[in-house]
Amino acid sequence: MDSVIELDGLEVRFGQRVILKKLKAALTGRSVGLLGPNGAGKSTLINTLLGFHKPSAGTARILGRDVRTQAREIRSLVGYMPENDAYIASMTGVHMVRMMAELSGLPREHAIERAHEAFFYVGLGEVRYRNIGTYSLGMKQAAKLAQAIAHGPKVLFLDEPTNGLDPPARTRMIQLIQEIRDRGDLHILLSSHLLHDVEDCCDQVLILKDGNVAAFCNLEEERRANRRFLELETRGGNNGDFLAAVVKLGCETAPGVQGRIKLVMPEGLEVRQLYEVAAGQNVQIRRLNHKRDSLEDIFLKAMENPDGRL
Amino acid sequence: MAVYKKTYRPYEGELTPSWSRFLVIPRYAFEELHGKRFLTIFFLASFIYPLICALIIYVQHNASALSLLGVQQQGARGLISINVTFFMSLLGWQSMLALFMASFIGPGLVSPDLSNNALSLYLARPFSRVEYVIGKMSVLAILMSLMTWIPGLLCFGLEGYLEGWQWMRDNARLASGVFFGSWVWIFILALLALALSAWVKWKPAAGGLMFGVFFVGSAFGAVINAVQRTRWGNLFNIGHLIGVVWVQLFEGPNQTTNGAVFFRAAQDEVLPLWTCWMALLAVALICLYMLARKIRGAEVVR
Repeated sequence: MDSVIELDGLEVRFGQRVILKKLKAALTGRSVGLLGPNGAGKSTLINTLLGFHKPSAGTARILGRDVRTQAREIRSLVGYMPENDAYIASMTGVHMVRMMAELSGLPREHAIERAHEAFFYVGLGEVRYRNIGTYSLGMKQAAKLAQAIAHGPKVLFLDEPTNGLDPPARTRMIQLIQEIRDRGDLHILLSSHLLHDVEDCCDQVLILKDGNVAAFCNLEEERRANRRFLELETRGGNNGDFLAAVVKLGCETAPGVQGRIKLVMPEGLEVRQLYEVAAGQNVQIRRLNHKRDSLEDIFLKAMENPDGRL
Repeated sequence: MAVYKKTYRPYEGELTPSWSRFLVIPRYAFEELHGKRFLTIFFLASFIYPLICALIIYVQHNASALSLLGVQQQGARGLISINVTFFMSLLGWQSMLALFMASFIGPGLVSPDLSNNALSLYLARPFSRVEYVIGKMSVLAILMSLMTWIPGLLCFGLEGYLEGWQWMRDNARLASGVFFGSWVWIFILALLALALSAWVKWKPAAGGLMFGVFFVGSAFGAVINAVQRTRWGNLFNIGHLIGVVWVQLFEGPNQTTNGAVFFRAAQDEVLPLWTCWMALLAVALICLYMLARKIRGAEVVR
């Protein structure tokens, strides 16, 4: 699959400080999460992809365009929702989004139409003629999303989109991102330090730590693998016979103490068949858990590595 | 698509040419300025002097109007001559009003974008820092053009129309002086206004600083001149620098005046022309450097 974003030995320095250290990755997902603790280099990476910072070595490509030589072209393909408050206080919401769409190259009449659409889409239709300076934090976040999508980008950069939102507003923002993702018209790069946001919205995740790629994984594959990994707690019967029977079904097993068993089921085997074998051996399955190697586990493992390098 | 459908859709339509996108900024800025009553009144009032000049030119060539006033035509010409002083005074007055206009409007152009982090929104688009600065400068340039060289050239055209083609040819240097002299002033004012606006985020302070650069600078220069018994203190006086350049542009080497109203210097204090050009160039470069440091999509903390 062609890379949406390709990092090719990307290094960024601010003076003597190296912020991004020769990053290498090919991000192919429809929606990619960019995770990392504060100061890991997430925002710097997004700013570099937008051409705000010049790479000191290596390069990056977005949809095949090089950030060193085709920054303007890249910016015409990208929509950007910055992390901080960013607005023109003296303008009404729809006025600002319309201007931003025009700066992206939309003719005036299209910009007007799409600015209104974007405002309705993010749920601010009723307040679109109010000055942005009077908006609440949640409304400002939604307005930032509106200006990022009004011109119909191919790639959407969302930098901490749920920052400062209360739970209902956060849920609404996550739903919007999921809707945009599921339409399949554009790719999303979502930077966040909130694992749940990334888990809810992304199918790939790039974890940064101290400017290095600490982990890069496909969440979809992880989820699929996790579905085959079970932890059982059994009582009664002969546990040894039960283990031998499930091995015959093709499972890999690891017995624990007090009737606990960890097992990986082969493709095609159903959990129902385990219950049938257990019943045949007169064994009760008291507890059955799908192992959940959550994003949190992946993140914590990545953080354990002292220099954050893979 | 109707707005009630409330859905995201990609844009597949045509795009405007990228060279024209900087014009979006002045268009929106003028919409905003239009709503400010004081600025609108000030702007309209700035046309009073050019209208009086046009009236003088017209009356001077209208025998019936002069006879109504009881003035001989030759007498009227002796009273107010339409010459280099006339046009330099027109430019001087209008340029001073342009300074006020730049001080009122300039600080509001960049500082709100910086204090509200809006630059990242502008520059995350196919829109460069240079285009941003040109777009913001063009707001001031258009307004100040309407106040300076456009009325100046219209008055020149009126005089030429009434006097004849020969007068226009003989005095073509006046027209070029009005045009280029205005642009030097507009360029310096616009750059200063934007640079100060970029560094001083509080609008009233930036406006005050704009006056400070001109009036405090000129006072500082005068103090240096007095204490050191020199004329080089005038390097801090932008009005003086502009005045010297204007005299050159209007009259060339055969100078008969010592500058326009508000922009005059005592004959023994006039700096060499090249130093004035160099000083103005230095002001412009400093302003551009200040803008380059501040106009960025993301601030770099080293």
